[in-house]
Amino acid sequence: MKSIKTWILVVLASSLLVACGQSGGGSGSKKSKTLDNTKKAGFVKCGVSQGLPGFSNADASGNWTGIDVDVCRAVAAAVLGDADKVKYTPLSAKERFTALISGEIDVLSRNTTWTLSRDADIGLTFVGVNFYDGQGFMVRKNSGINSVNDFKDGISACTNTGTTTELNMRDFFNSKNIKYEPIAFEKADEVVQAYDAGRCDTYTTDKSGLAAQRTKLSAPDDHKVLPETISKEPLGPVVRQGDSVWEDIVRWSLNVMIEAEEYGVNSSNASSLKDSENPAIKRLVGAEGELGAAFGLDNEWSLRIIEQVGNYGEIYKKHIADTNILPNRGPNQLWTKGGILYVPPAR
Amino acid sequence: MSNKKKDLIPQVLTVLFIILVIIYFTINAQNNMGNRGISFGFGFLSQESSFDIAFSLIDYDGSYSYARAFLVGLLNTILVSVIGIFFATILGVTVGISRLSQNYLIAKAAEWYVEIFRNIPLILQIFFWYFAALRALPLTIDSINFYDISFLNVKGWYIPRFIWTNFSTFVYSIITAAILIILVSRYSRKQRDEFGKQIPVFYISLAILFILPFLSFLIGGVTLSFKIPELTQLSKTIYVYQGGVTIIPELISLALALSMYTATFIAENVRAGILGVNKGQKEAAASIGLTRGQILKLVVMPQALRIIIPPTTNQYLNLTKNSSLAAAIAYPDIVLVFAGTALMQTGRAIEIISITMLTYLSLSLSISVFMNWYNKKMAIKEK
Repeated sequence: MKSIKTWILVVLASSLLVACGQSGGGSGSKKSKTLDNTKKAGFVKCGVSQGLPGFSNADASGNWTGIDVDVCRAVAAAVLGDADKVKYTPLSAKERFTALISGEIDVLSRNTTWTLSRDADIGLTFVGVNFYDGQGFMVRKNSGINSVNDFKDGISACTNTGTTTELNMRDFFNSKNIKYEPIAFEKADEVVQAYDAGRCDTYTTDKSGLAAQRTKLSAPDDHKVLPETISKEPLGPVVRQGDSVWEDIVRWSLNVMIEAEEYGVNSSNASSLKDSENPAIKRLVGAEGELGAAFGLDNEWSLRIIEQVGNYGEIYKKHIADTNILPNRGPNQLWTKGGILYVPPAR
Repeated sequence: MSNKKKDLIPQVLTVLFIILVIIYFTINAQNNMGNRGISFGFGFLSQESSFDIAFSLIDYDGSYSYARAFLVGLLNTILVSVIGIFFATILGVTVGISRLSQNYLIAKAAEWYVEIFRNIPLILQIFFWYFAALRALPLTIDSINFYDISFLNVKGWYIPRFIWTNFSTFVYSIITAAILIILVSRYSRKQRDEFGKQIPVFYISLAILFILPFLSFLIGGVTLSFKIPELTQLSKTIYVYQGGVTIIPELISLALALSMYTATFIAENVRAGILGVNKGQKEAAASIGLTRGQILKLVVMPQALRIIIPPTTNQYLNLTKNSSLAAAIAYPDIVLVFAGTALMQTGRAIEIISITMLTYLSLSLSISVFMNWYNKKMAIKEK
C-alpha cells in the first residue's frame, strides 16, 4: 500500500507543476515586453552570423565587428545607453529564424534577405535594409568565362544551403535553359574548400559574400567575380512579429544612422551640433522635439547611437571599404549621391 | 486488494502521467505558436519546392513539391545507408576473421585498422575522405581512365549508362531463377535429411542464376547497350563528362567513411562471436570427419552468429543515423534537403523536424524488425 501512496503523491505533485507551468507561460502582449525584458536583462540579445567579414565577424578575443553588428550596437546605445551591452549569438542560416521566433534573440542582424514569404509567413518582421546586395558568380580567371552568358549545360555550382541563393540560382539557370549541378553546403567554409578543390566550376552567393570569401581561397587572385547580378538581396535586421514598439526602436535605430550621414552628423561632431541652425540636425542630436518619447526612450537616444556607433557612412567605411571587401559603395550610397539609401525623415 | 491489482495501479498512473506531460507540451507549443502568429500545418508539403537537388534516384527538379523533395532526401539516405551497411559488413567480417589469423602480419594489420578507425570521430573521417581525398583527385581533363568506359575525377565517378530493351523480361528471368534456387535447396535438404545424400546446391544455384538471364537475352528479346560518358568542353578550362551515370563524390566519400568506421565495430563483433564458440565444438566437429569449410559453415558460424547479430544490428542502426552527417559535405540526404533547405524556405521548423525524426525512427525500427527476425531464425531452436 505504501508504494501506491507514494505514486499518487508523485503524480499529484507533477500535475501541480504542470498546472503552474501553464499559467506562467504565454501571457498576453503588453506594451513592449521585449523592451522591458531587455532593460531588465541589461543587454540586447542579438543574432549574428558565424563569421562573415565586414558584416558580423568575431576577432581572436571574441569582439564582434561589422555593419550587422553595429545595428545591434545602435539598439543597445538607444535602449541601454551603452553600445557594448550586447550579447551576440552566432547562428547558421538554418537556425536564425527559429532562434528569433523562440525568443532566444530579440534582434536578428545577420545578412538576411528581406522577402515576402519570410516577412509575411513565419512570424517575422523586417524593419529595414542596411545593405543592398545582389547574387553573383565567382569563377576561375583562366576558365575563359567572362559573363554568365558563357555558362553551358553541365556546369556545377557550389553554394550555401538554407538561403535565397539556392532559389535564385534555379530561377537564373532555368531562365537561361541551362542544366546545372547544384552542390549546397551547410557552412560557408566548406563551400570555399570544395570550390577551391575544383569540385565546382562556379561559386554563387551574395556579391558581398563572394568578395569576403574570396580572401579565404588558396590563391584569391586566380578568381574573379562576374559582372552580372542575378537577384535583389536587400539585407536587413529582423524582429519578431507582434511587438510594434520594439520593431520601431530597431527600425529607427537603423534609420537615424543613415539620416545622420545625410545631414553630415558623425560620431565626432554630433554633440557640438546641438545648437545647429538646422532643425533636422537638432532633432537628430536630441536638442529639439520629443522623438524618443514615442517609444518610451529619452530624448538623447539618437545622439548616443551617432556618438557611440557612428553614422552609416562611418560604419561602411570602417567595416566594408577599409577592409577592401567592397571599396565602392555602389547602391549603398545615399540617394543624394547617386545611391538608393533613402530613409523616411526622423521627425 | 489482490496482488495483481496492486501491481497494476502504479503502471496505469505512470501511463496517465506520461499522457499528461505530452498533452502539456502540445498545448504549450500551440499557445506559444498562436501568440507569435505562427500557424501549424502540413499544407506546405504540396507546394512547389523551387530548389534543385544535385543527386536524385527519382525524377525531381524545383517544380516538384516539398513532399517529393522529402522523398528524394529519404531515398538518398536509404541509398547511402544500404551501400554503407553492405561494405561495412563485408569489410567488418573480413577484418574480424583476419584479427584471428595465424599470420602475424595480417592479424596486426587488422588490429591497427580497427584501433585507428574506431578512435577517430566520424565527422573528421568524412571530412578527410571528402576534402583530403577529393583534392588528390585530378581535374576532369586529366581524369583517371578505366578502359575508356569509366572515368574518375574531382567532380565524381562517371560510369556507363545501361540502356535496356524488354527490361521486364530480364527481371522475370531473375525472379524465376530465385524461385528455382529456393526449390532446389529445399529438395536438397529433404534428400539430405531422408537419404543422407549431399547435393552440390551452390553450383546448381550458380548455374541457374546464369542460365536463365542468359536465355532471356537469347530468346526473350532482351538487349543491353551502354552509353559511355563523353568528355564535353564547357569553356576554355572547364570540362565535364556527359551522357553516362555520375556517382557524385559526396556519396563516395560518405559511403566510404561510414563503412570504414562501422566496419571496425562489426569486426570486433565478429571476432567476439567466433571466439565465443567453445573450442570443443570445433574439435568434436573435426572428429566426426567434417572438413574445415564444413566446420566453419555448419558448426562455428551458426553459433557465432547468435553472438554477432544483436550488436551488429546496433551498428547498422548507428550507420543509418550517422548518415545524417551528410549535410556537412553536401550529400543531399533527408537532413540536408528536408530538414535543411526545405525547413529554411518554409520556416516550418516543428512540422519538418517532427517528420524527419519520425522518418529516422521508422527507418531504425524497420532495420530492427528485420534483424530481430534474422536473429530469431538463427537462435537455438529448443526441442
